[in-house]
Amino acid sequence: MNESLFQKLGGEAAVDAAVDIFYRKVLSDERISGFFDDVDMERQAAKQKSFLTMAFGGPNNYSGMDMRRGHAHLVQRGLNDIHFDAVVENIAATLQELNVAPEYIADVAALCETTRNDVLGK
Amino acid sequence: MSKLTFNNTTYSCPDNATVLDVLQGHGVAVPSSCRSGLCQTCIMQAVKGTPPAAAQKGLKDTLKAQNYFLACSCIPGEDLEVILPNSGFARIKATVSHIDTLCHDIVGVNLDCENPIEYKAGQFINLFRDSELARSYSLASVPNQDKQLTLHVRKVPQGRMSSWIHHELSPGDVIEISLPAGDCFYIPGNPQQPILLIGTGSGLAPLYGIIRDALAQGHSGPVRLYHGSKFSHDLYLVNELRELAQEFENFSYIPCVSDEAVTDSSIRSGQVLDVALADYPKLKGWKIYLCGHPEMVKAAKKKTFLVGASMKEIYADAFVSAAPAISKLAAVNPI
Repeated sequence: MNESLFQKLGGEAAVDAAVDIFYRKVLSDERISGFFDDVDMERQAAKQKSFLTMAFGGPNNYSGMDMRRGHAHLVQRGLNDIHFDAVVENIAATLQELNVAPEYIADVAALCETTRNDVLGK
Repeated sequence: MSKLTFNNTTYSCPDNATVLDVLQGHGVAVPSSCRSGLCQTCIMQAVKGTPPAAAQKGLKDTLKAQNYFLACSCIPGEDLEVILPNSGFARIKATVSHIDTLCHDIVGVNLDCENPIEYKAGQFINLFRDSELARSYSLASVPNQDKQLTLHVRKVPQGRMSSWIHHELSPGDVIEISLPAGDCFYIPGNPQQPILLIGTGSGLAPLYGIIRDALAQGHSGPVRLYHGSKFSHDLYLVNELRELAQEFENFSYIPCVSDEAVTDSSIRSGQVLDVALADYPKLKGWKIYLCGHPEMVKAAKKKTFLVGASMKEIYADAFVSAAPAISKLAAVNPI
C-alpha cells in the first residue's frame, strides 16, 4: 500500500469516479474486451474496483500468490504482455480523463508494473 | 459484545472482529477474496438486526434496502442473524384465485397467500410444482395496489412447468412458492431521475409492477417503457399501459415488433433494444431496468453501460445468478 499516492489521487472517491470510465474503456478495447466480457457485469465491475484500488496504492490484501492464482485461467486463455500493456494504457487514459497529474499517472503505471510477472504467471 | 447467529448457531464477536473473521474462525465456509470491502465476494444478508453502514459501502441501493452487507467489513454494532445470499428461500402456500388470458401464449396467474407477505414490485418468486420441478417468475403485482400476487407465464414449447400452468392449474388449487427475492425494484429518493425500462415477452411482468410502483410513489421524472415482441399479437397489457400513459404524462409506452411489417402507427418496428437506444443514445444519469430474453438483457446491460449509464443504476432480473438451488433443479429437469 502506497498511502501517499492513494491520498494524492483522491482516495476512495477517485476509485469510484474511475471504475465506470475504466470498465467502459476496456469493454470497448478489442485487444482485451474478451477477457472482461463477463455475463455478470456487476461482479466484474466490483473486481475492477478492487484492482483499481490496488493500482492507486490503496488498501488491499492481495498477495503475489493471489494475483497468480486469480489470473491463471486467463493465462491459459492466452493472456500475455500485450494485454497487460493495454490494461495499463486504459488506466492511464482513465486518469487523464479525470485530470490527474502526469507524474501520478506514472506512479500508478509503475505500481501496476510490479504485478506483471504474477498476473502473467511468469 | 455483539452476538452473531448463522445457521442456528450463535457466536460472540470479539471487539473489532468482522463477521467474516468470526465465521471463518469457527470453520464456517464463507466465500471471500479481497477482504477489503471491494470485491463483494463475501456478500451476506442480515435477517435480524441492521448491519452498519460501513459494511454496505459500494452495494446497490436495492441490496442495501434488503440488509445485504459485506462480511469482511462488518463489525456488528448490535446482535445480527445472517444468512448467505439466497439460502433463505422459505416456502409458503398460495391459492390460485384466477387465471387470465393476457395474449395467445401468456396467462396471468393470480395468487392469494395465507398471510400477507412483504415484497417489492419487480421481485420474483420460485414456483414449485413438486419436489423436483420449480421455476422462477417475476411478480407483476404491486403491494398496496394489488391484493394478490400476479405472475405472467408464457407457454414455453415442451415446457413442463408452463404446460402444467396453462392446461392443468385451476382456481382453488394450492401451490407452493418461495418468498419473493431479487434486487430489481424501485427505490424512492430521486424522483426526478429519468428511468428507462426495456423488456421482451413476459419480461414485461416485473416492469409493469415497477412502473406502477414508481408512479404511485410520486416519481416525476420521465419513465420510458419499451416492450418488444416478434409479432404484434404477442404484445399484451397494451390498453392498460396506454391508459397509464394517459393518466401520467411523464410515462410513455413504446411497443416494438421485430418480425413483421407494422401498419399500426402506435407500434415501432425493430428490435426493442435498438429502438430504445435510437431514441436515447446517451444514458448518463439514467436508471435502467431490463427483463426478458437473456441475450437481450446481456446486450442491453453492456450497451446501456457503454452509452453512459452507471453500473450501479442498471437493474436486471437475476434469475440466472440469484437462484442457484433452482438452476440445479433445472439442470436435472431441462425445460
